[in-house]
Amino acid sequence: MGELVDALAVALKAGLGFQAVFLALLAIGINVQFGYAGLLNFGQIAFAMLGGYGIAVSVSQWGLNFWVGVAVGILAAVVLALLLGLPTLRLRADYLAIATIAAAEGLRLLFRSVSATPVTNGTRGLSGFNADFVALAPWDTARRYGILGTRWSGAELWVTVVGWLLVALSCLLIWLLVRSPWGRVVKSIREDEDAVRSLGKNVYVYKMQALVLGGVLGSLGGMVYALGTASANPDQYQNANTFLAYAALILGGAARVLGPVVGAMLMFFIIQFADTGLRTLIGNGVIPEDLLSATDVAQLRFVLIGLGLMLLLVFRPQGIFGDRREVMLDAR
Amino acid sequence: MLLRLILLTVLGGLALALAPGAASAQTQEPAATEQVSGTLRTNASGPIEGVEVVVTTAAGAEVETVETDDNGQWAVPLPGPGQYTVTIDADDLPDGVVLTGENTRTVTVDAGRNQGVIIALSDGSREAGGGTVRWVQLLVEGLRFGLLIAMAAVGLSLIFGTTGLTNFAHGELVTIGAIAAWFINVQGGVPLVPAALIAMVIGAGVGALNELAIWRPLRRRGTGLVAALVISIGLSLLLRYLYQIIFGGGSEAYADYRGQRAVDYGLFRMTNADLSSIVIALVVLLLVAVMLQRTKIGKAMRAVSDNRDLAASSGINVNRVILVVWMMGGALAALGGVLLGLSDEVQWDMGFRLLLLMFAGVTLGGLGTAYGALVGSIVVGVFVQMSTLVIPNDVKYVGGLLLLIVILIVRPQGILGSRVRVG
Repeated sequence: MGELVDALAVALKAGLGFQAVFLALLAIGINVQFGYAGLLNFGQIAFAMLGGYGIAVSVSQWGLNFWVGVAVGILAAVVLALLLGLPTLRLRADYLAIATIAAAEGLRLLFRSVSATPVTNGTRGLSGFNADFVALAPWDTARRYGILGTRWSGAELWVTVVGWLLVALSCLLIWLLVRSPWGRVVKSIREDEDAVRSLGKNVYVYKMQALVLGGVLGSLGGMVYALGTASANPDQYQNANTFLAYAALILGGAARVLGPVVGAMLMFFIIQFADTGLRTLIGNGVIPEDLLSATDVAQLRFVLIGLGLMLLLVFRPQGIFGDRREVMLDAR
Repeated sequence: MLLRLILLTVLGGLALALAPGAASAQTQEPAATEQVSGTLRTNASGPIEGVEVVVTTAAGAEVETVETDDNGQWAVPLPGPGQYTVTIDADDLPDGVVLTGENTRTVTVDAGRNQGVIIALSDGSREAGGGTVRWVQLLVEGLRFGLLIAMAAVGLSLIFGTTGLTNFAHGELVTIGAIAAWFINVQGGVPLVPAALIAMVIGAGVGALNELAIWRPLRRRGTGLVAALVISIGLSLLLRYLYQIIFGGGSEAYADYRGQRAVDYGLFRMTNADLSSIVIALVVLLLVAVMLQRTKIGKAMRAVSDNRDLAASSGINVNRVILVVWMMGGALAALGGVLLGLSDEVQWDMGFRLLLLMFAGVTLGGLGTAYGALVGSIVVGVFVQMSTLVIPNDVKYVGGLLLLIVILIVRPQGILGSRVRVG
């Protein structure tokens, strides 16, 4: 019983921690692109990587101010969105999907390559760039704090609080945008692109704006993650994370303002609970070691995410809050 | 330019050799057997067998004379710590391999240490003609790689053509072939050729299972194409990490055809295994082309790909055609996986890494066309290999992915695609 409570506390911390913020911001970005505008961006993690590395490279390699790093990260995400959108947004949905996933994988390979080592420090990654940010915290960051039976370090708590603030602000922004004329046009593009075009709207520009906005939100997520882990490493930004965010979005409900946030929290709660639970069961010998070892549990989470993503799309594509009619799941 | 060296060395405790502090602590242990050892090989020739290695003491007294074994390895136990001189007989080196420096090397061996010895060799490609040779070499390697991509991509393209599905789980069909063959070959002790055939059958089976268990019921439910695409991603994640649990995170080689020596064909060098995989790929792809062109089922495939409704109303059993496409795609991808595993070793995510190049090839050739996938994949393979002339080797895939994005700008319908498909 005590173990169950422990597992619940660990899972609760995961559901509220900066990893959940990271996932929520990625999913909010995807929600703008996929949920509202109907764009398939499968390279969201690349935007996050640019955000994280924007700070990491600016501060620890170039010795710039922390806020300059934030600007560099956002700017890099905007440039990437423009570069990806320019050739592909005129084409069918799956072309954007292929181009974005290729760009994400390509960028990761580039960042971890030997030739990029002078800038990104290759596979060893960068660290020691979050001191300026942590110093902004209004409380003592060296202490540890206990909240609801979970333990947090001061720095971790600060990153998390700022992260959730960012999430709240993004949600507010999306809520305002979706109710605005801009939001209505974007949603109609998702439903029928040709109809919008015949009304004289420049579909291409609207799609591009959605792509850039979603990408910038993704880069903010990457920054929170880099600050939370206090390091930036190319292999933290595996493209499986993009699909984790898709799963979270669809679980919460696409095309709903709070869908991605609830989805992300729930997702991390479930993953961490399953993770800790399985490890405990293996440790107790309930699950024999030959069948599943403790090291396999980390992989098993992705197996479960894959399975969950499939089942969700087949049986409940609108997720928890979504409206079935609003979920863009039909290609032209 | 760089095919240099290599008398490489494998020693008992490399970490010890690099950490003098730790090493000196070790000397107090009861001295086991000191020895000197090494491996003779170059990139082009592979391991070099039968080279005479003479080890003498600092005073010039001979300790022992040995020959390298079929892995190019040699080792000589020593009477105790001290300075020793290792000499290899340059006359024993195969044609084309020459010493770049001295044929002797003096090493100091500490107590209890297996000391590695490095003597630099050159396989002579530099002297033989510089740029041209490297150019041709990369072209041939690119062709081999492109043919592998093509084998896997034909199925991907035909599945897209017949069902409209952009199958992100296609890379996992490649991996299952490689892993199945590895288990049958290494654990089961079956030679690689029959193991590859069994892997192809398994690949076809998995392809059929894909269609029957997932995609056909989903088509019947009227699931949209974007939903199907995301489902295929879920499937890809599920299978990929399942492979990692079953197979582990490392890379493993097949038991057969290991460490082959490259044969010199004048302008380029290639191991027999690589040459056979080119021949196998060419023959298989030719058979596929003949099948598409001549047989009834092949014509039906192209018909369904071209216009599904018209095909159905002409009396073609569309579901049966799609099932055959999946089985064929699965078998071809599995064979591609085995051949890729032969040259690059088997890994749990090899298929996923190939998937993006497959997409590049298929997009370049024109989504949905079988021949387009073939042409596009070969171009991508050659491009990726040839790009190492100007960019470092570890970013060559980035070049391929960049090519994909450039194609989308310049000619999104691909070489053989028709404008209509792009939308």
